[in-house]
Amino acid sequence: MKHKTFFWFILPTFLAMLIFIFLPIISVILQSIHTPHENVLVTVENCDPFGCKKVTSIDHEATKNLKQSEPLGKFVGLDIYFDRGHLAIENFKLLWKNSKNISSFVKSLGNLPFYKAVFFTLTFTFTVTPIMLLLGLLIALGVNSISKKLKGIVIFFSLLPMIVTPLIGSIILFWMIDSRGIIGNLIQWLLDDPNLSLKASTSLTWIMLIVYGVWHAIPFSFIVFYAGLQTVPKDQLESAKIDGANKFEEVIYIIIPHLMPLITFVTLMQLMDNFRVFEPIVGFSAEAHATSLSWIIFNDLGGETRQLSAAATSSILTIIGVIILLSPVLVRTWRDFKFKK
Amino acid sequence: MNLIKYTFLLTSFLFFLIKNSFACEIKARVSVVGNEFPAIQTVGAGAKKCKGAEVKTNLTADHQKINVAGMSSKPAEYTSAIVANTSIVALLNNDLIRPLDDLVKKHGSKLKKNQLITINGKVMAVAFMANAQHLVYRKDVLNKLNISVPKTYEEMLAAAKKIRESGLAKNPVGGAYKAGWNLAQEFNNMFIGYGGKHFKGNTPEPNVNSNAGKKALNMMKSLSEYMNPDFLTHDSNATNAEFRAGNVILMNMWGSRAATLTDADGVSEAVKKGMDIAGPMTVGGGTIPASTLFWDGWTVAKKISDAEAEATFIAMMNAIDPSIIKNDNVRKQAVWLLDGYTPTDAARGVFAAAKMNTTPYPMLPYAGLMHSAIGAEIADFMQGKENAKKTLSDIEDAYRAAAKEKGFL
Repeated sequence: MKHKTFFWFILPTFLAMLIFIFLPIISVILQSIHTPHENVLVTVENCDPFGCKKVTSIDHEATKNLKQSEPLGKFVGLDIYFDRGHLAIENFKLLWKNSKNISSFVKSLGNLPFYKAVFFTLTFTFTVTPIMLLLGLLIALGVNSISKKLKGIVIFFSLLPMIVTPLIGSIILFWMIDSRGIIGNLIQWLLDDPNLSLKASTSLTWIMLIVYGVWHAIPFSFIVFYAGLQTVPKDQLESAKIDGANKFEEVIYIIIPHLMPLITFVTLMQLMDNFRVFEPIVGFSAEAHATSLSWIIFNDLGGETRQLSAAATSSILTIIGVIILLSPVLVRTWRDFKFKK
Repeated sequence: MNLIKYTFLLTSFLFFLIKNSFACEIKARVSVVGNEFPAIQTVGAGAKKCKGAEVKTNLTADHQKINVAGMSSKPAEYTSAIVANTSIVALLNNDLIRPLDDLVKKHGSKLKKNQLITINGKVMAVAFMANAQHLVYRKDVLNKLNISVPKTYEEMLAAAKKIRESGLAKNPVGGAYKAGWNLAQEFNNMFIGYGGKHFKGNTPEPNVNSNAGKKALNMMKSLSEYMNPDFLTHDSNATNAEFRAGNVILMNMWGSRAATLTDADGVSEAVKKGMDIAGPMTVGGGTIPASTLFWDGWTVAKKISDAEAEATFIAMMNAIDPSIIKNDNVRKQAVWLLDGYTPTDAARGVFAAAKMNTTPYPMLPYAGLMHSAIGAEIADFMQGKENAKKTLSDIEDAYRAAAKEKGFL
């Protein structure tokens, strides 16, 4: 393509990315290195139906001038990045010095909100992604080999978990796994333990969230792989058969290499998707046992606290996390691209 | 003939006058945001009865997430926010609501003095109802086992033990212990009950890492042993559902939910007839109940025209007109602070709370930050992952980080 044609071709996309992705990220970065001004506090008398008393309040007149001269807030550099709610540098150093061994260090690190969220987010990402790749491939192979008449209906049912809105899906499952719900009760009966509760234990909650994550993500990998299977060259499969390859060898030596670009694509998408896990934590009311980076952002923004700078900082850290996570795959794709050239 | 004509004219004129004085006429738009429980639905519907300009309401459980943003623009989307003593703080901190003194003088003749929320001498909100958490229990079960109604949390624990041993209920205690806001609220109750103070004097310095804090946590842990093992996922809705199902015998519950607690399909007669309410409990030999008092009221936005503010005030005054509590269904929805209100049976708990000098929830600019720090950090203790001392120092650290960011420390 000529450079000029390319330029006009890419311009709309580029503009859209500039306005909707690049500029917002710049604004989030700015937000994350500023905090609200220090409030001038005054003691005032406050009366309500239950009586009067002296309380502390914000003096708006006094803080007004400060706000007008620096509307962005107070510049604090990377302070928020290093505070206890995020990277917690001070606590990190202290723990490193005081911990006897690496496992007790990791354990006490999990007590800090950011690291707690990172532990769960990474565990979730690195269990859900491979399991759902494997299961998606198996389902695609299975569906591909059943009779044509059944295919339509089987595909429809296989796609259902993705059609259900994540939040709704997790709330429905939340009640099903309740100790009085159908699945919860079944598990109690199977394990012969009437006191077993999936929601009361951290490890069981993690497993439950991971199972939910896999259940919800399988249709995506399944449908992509199924589409890929339609393009596997028939002559290669036939020659493999003549050479005496069995079904398993066909999959390993012909189908998987053929699907490799799709596998890379699905892995990339799912790493990103799973890294920003959020809905199941809200739907399963799991915040006592598992939090994720996205959940921290949501929690900082909501309710009465509205910690904009903290939320902005967590957002930037999430973006950095995604970049680190995707870099091996991106580097590989780039190398393949150069190699082909 | 003339006499009849004049009488007719005169009566119709009088009728017109009376009708007009009762109707609510406004000249500018009104837009209300607030929570969604029954009493607030009544207030929202009352505001909508005004004629002459558009009245919009947005009543949702997520009101706290949207009211600050919706009142920050100029002109503000919402001309009024219905808030409680917890949620008014965010509006005050951002300077989004206006003093109402002039409007109270002009249109507020029907208000009682204790309805006016004043800060530094200025009226900032008009309260219309009070709320508190108190004991809700099953008198049939207590009678059967010969247990008297618990007045302290220690008695509640003893009663729970007896009930469990009798086999009438496996997990007899209920509580809104869902990690986050609910759990923190239960800690606040217990902490205040043990005489704890959240902050050092009038400063924003945290003060929860104390003996009272430790005792409060241990009491919560002891109670949780008699709760459904899923207690960290139960908010007040789920706790009420457990009570309706007959699984919970004793619980600390919101007064605003007591009236309609058993009005659901499928609630057994035993639960309907057996449910009763009592005042809040004390703890650790203290005299102040382990509970907090709340008011709900409305505010008027700052960033709107004076005409809109006046229209909003008139509409909201119409919404809380003392005549609304003549309706029995409305009367039992809440503990109304309106003129002429006589408590219904469902209001006994909140009234007892007020009489026992329950502490009102602190209206401090940094109280919300403390509340969310508590809600996030206690879950580890409740699961037995760390001891009380560590949890309390975690709360203070988390609060400090947040308060520093928001410019309080």
